[in-house]
Amino acid sequence: MCLAVPGKILSIKDPAEADDPPLFRMGRVDFGGIVKEIALGFVPEARVGDYVIAHVGFAIGRLDECEAARIFSYLRQMDPLREIQGGAP
Amino acid sequence: MRYVDEYRDATAARRLARAIEQVTTRCWTLMEVCGGQTHAIVRFGVDALLPGTITLLHGPGCPVCVTPAELIDKAVEIASLPQVMFCSFGDMLRVPGSAKDLLWAKANGGDVRIVYSPLDALRLARDHPSQQVVFFAVGFETTAPANAMAVYRARREGIGNFSLLVSHVLVPPAINAIVSSPDRRVDGFLAAGHVCTVMGYHQYEPIARAYRVPIVVTGFEPLDILQGVHLCIRQLEEGRAEVENQYTRSVQREGNAIAQRLIGEVFDIVPRRWRGIGEIAHSGLELKGPYREFDAQERFGPASSAGEVSCECIAGLVLQGIQKPPDCPAFGTRCTPERPLGATMVSSEGACAAYYRYRGPSGRYG
Repeated sequence: MCLAVPGKILSIKDPAEADDPPLFRMGRVDFGGIVKEIALGFVPEARVGDYVIAHVGFAIGRLDECEAARIFSYLRQMDPLREIQGGAP
Repeated sequence: MRYVDEYRDATAARRLARAIEQVTTRCWTLMEVCGGQTHAIVRFGVDALLPGTITLLHGPGCPVCVTPAELIDKAVEIASLPQVMFCSFGDMLRVPGSAKDLLWAKANGGDVRIVYSPLDALRLARDHPSQQVVFFAVGFETTAPANAMAVYRARREGIGNFSLLVSHVLVPPAINAIVSSPDRRVDGFLAAGHVCTVMGYHQYEPIARAYRVPIVVTGFEPLDILQGVHLCIRQLEEGRAEVENQYTRSVQREGNAIAQRLIGEVFDIVPRRWRGIGEIAHSGLELKGPYREFDAQERFGPASSAGEVSCECIAGLVLQGIQKPPDCPAFGTRCTPERPLGATMVSSEGACAAYYRYRGPSGRYG
């Protein structure tokens, strides 16, 4: 149930009627072709084009692009011989 | 899909598995806490890539599985009332209470609806002011901000016909219970990445120190899990017991402060009974103060404190990592996802459901 999926923010709208808009902010998020309305109140730093991780209709965090690449540099470090031989990253 | 496909690369997975093998000199037992990780492990055969000296035990991280039978009974009772629209995540419908499940209530005329988000239930309450809309708020810390937001908005907007039947549990007290048990078998933990996305991981640091147990915050894709195992085994082999973060693309040490603030606004920490395990202190959430009026147990009466359902189901032992699903004599015969004896066979995160779905009625390879 803690399944959460990464998706890309396509657009953001602020509800005009709420007097606490940042917390109630909603946006359209693309999950590999499926677009859903997602609550963005917990990720005020997220902008259009960012990837968020969404759970039961709420973004609970913004994905960090640099950190996401780390596992692949970890793999390269682990296998220096393969690097020298020109193996895939 | 970006941030998914690249973490399922088979060549990279084999390289990580080889690296794990290289650092492993003896037998180690790790527990992945979250049911989502269990499913990924069984689905992608991550356990089969690991050297035979490493055992993965499946932890209690399935909120559907640990929701006590008496709360399911209460849900069935409320859902059977006229003028009630009972909303739930789909996983909960087949989970057996002491005698019935929510699917029974639906078949017998109860208005039971599957929703994707608590905000969907709130919308139903807004649209149907003459109905009582009850949402079955089941979950770990990952789901708590969403449920907190639903009730926070209900109060702000004065949506008086909305309430939550709360069954919220917290992970660190459960890890604490497992690691402090006299028959502890676990040498290291893979902590649940999405719980930590919300809560951070500083709460695990005292546990790692007190019990000398490595805890690695880990994601949900095969490469995440393999890297989590690698970090954990390296700590064990080097005699370290620290909290490490594998899932850095999503998790920061302090977690999501805004989500935590809303959880604190709406919920109090209380003792909670875990199905198959028993009561664990400080391990649950309950609506507090001004939000109490949105508690379905205030509105429709409290759940009765029925005892454990006694049957041959070993879900409690599976949830504590003491036994594995295929060890159960009922697995795949008298207990299947269509006719489950226990919640672990129902939930999309239950360990038994994972073994049945990906390994068939024997639950074993081959």
